[in-house]
Amino acid sequence: MQFLRAIGRATLTFLEATGRLALFTLTALSHCVRPPFYFRHIGRQMVEIGYYSLPVVGLTAVFTGMVLALQSYSGFSRFSAESAIATVVVLSITRELGPVLAGLMVAGRIGAAMAAELGTMRVTEQVDALTTLSTNPFKYLVVPRLLAGTTMLPLLVLVADIIGVFGGYLVSVYRLGFNPSSYINNTWHYLEFMDVVSGLVKAGAFGFVISLMGCYHGYNSRGGAQGVGAATTNAVVSSSILILVLNYLLTGIFFS
Amino acid sequence: MSETLELNTAMEVPKIALKGVKKAFGPKVVLDGVDLEIKRGESVVIIGGSGTGKSVLLKSILGILTPDSGTIQIDGEDTTHIGGRDRERALAKFGMLFQGAALFDSLPVWENVAFGLIQGHGVGRKEARERAIATLGAVGLTPDVANLSPSELSGGMQKRVGLARAICTNPEIIFFDEPTTGLDPIMADVINDLIVKCVKDLGATALSITHDMASARKIADRIAMLYKGKLIWVGPVSQIDNSGNPYVDQFIHGRAEGPIQMQIKAF
Repeated sequence: MQFLRAIGRATLTFLEATGRLALFTLTALSHCVRPPFYFRHIGRQMVEIGYYSLPVVGLTAVFTGMVLALQSYSGFSRFSAESAIATVVVLSITRELGPVLAGLMVAGRIGAAMAAELGTMRVTEQVDALTTLSTNPFKYLVVPRLLAGTTMLPLLVLVADIIGVFGGYLVSVYRLGFNPSSYINNTWHYLEFMDVVSGLVKAGAFGFVISLMGCYHGYNSRGGAQGVGAATTNAVVSSSILILVLNYLLTGIFFS
Repeated sequence: MSETLELNTAMEVPKIALKGVKKAFGPKVVLDGVDLEIKRGESVVIIGGSGTGKSVLLKSILGILTPDSGTIQIDGEDTTHIGGRDRERALAKFGMLFQGAALFDSLPVWENVAFGLIQGHGVGRKEARERAIATLGAVGLTPDVANLSPSELSGGMQKRVGLARAICTNPEIIFFDEPTTGLDPIMADVINDLIVKCVKDLGATALSITHDMASARKIADRIAMLYKGKLIWVGPVSQIDNSGNPYVDQFIHGRAEGPIQMQIKAF
């Protein structure tokens, strides 16, 4: 009986959490399309998410591209397929590593910041204060973050794609002695429009999930400093896991 | 507007009317049938120990929480279950001073004060700034604090800014959530004086919750005591010392012994 009770309780908790998240998402989405819009806040969040994440995402991308070139060289040289390195680098970056790594880095940077900020606002009653000042907290706090996250992550990933390919180019040309023009040629030759677009669509979805998790956990945090800490952890962990799951699902949709 | 005003005065429709308001969180019953009527221009203070549901009562009236049963009327209009635009229209009548001031720490002081004007009433930023500085003056703050961040202010100054924010939109109803908690006795009295003055100047209806009896005596016309989710005593402030109610007596004299047993456990 104890065993069954534990299963039942876990199932109920899971269903309840899913329902609450679904309601939160629907409410947030419905506020996305109804005025008033806080353009000043959307702009501020776009700068915060897009511009200030550039160094972190850029560094991640350049080293990923460099490692990819090194690794695929050591692997492919075993059967004399070194010419495929450029293609391997560009496809891996645009289709997978660009969006996923940028998403995970931004989840750590932005998801945590959102959860901590909204969580602190919640526990210091600033969210309630918004309500009493005739301002809907969803419109004022959640919508700008959701919109900024969903639009800025694709742009970040586009930059990351270029930097990542450039990292591969640097290693291939200056360390492995490839011919620069043939490397660039190989990069372009096998790259398809869909490779880049699929990565950008993924990035948009990841940006939405990161902002959603940051806002959801922050908005619903309870109980002072500890609650805010828990909200931050939950936001980063849940958005990271959702990014990996979504990545698999979206890859399945795009390339099967 | 003036028509409804006359109508309301003629019929004596209470500004706020609570009937049988109940609210429970899981097994814990917080409000157990609260009835209260507050007249226009009256200042009512709800006293009660920590965790007796005072904040829940305020949040229910504001619509931040929805009662499980009972009705809440504001100006005769049932606002218990309204939402969206109707709720925003109802909330435009309110101003609230929060316990911890709840200032937005991402905004400078003047934008905090002007927030309701800019976001709720669509006033331009320049005009809103001027009105905010005038309101800061009304609570005894000089214009040079306007550009400071709330974290640079002392607790008493934060309370003043919170008060300025609550009154800046000329609300008809003002709520004070433990306005003197965390202040020294002198600053507490200064805040009490400011509250009395602001409420009088605006002609507003005030509802406060506190466990500070000095504050309650100063700002209240009527006092209500909340105990175990019910209002066990309501009466004018002059009768608080002769209430004949042992619970009230124990509370206002701050005795550990009496009918009120402190809840040690959460449930």
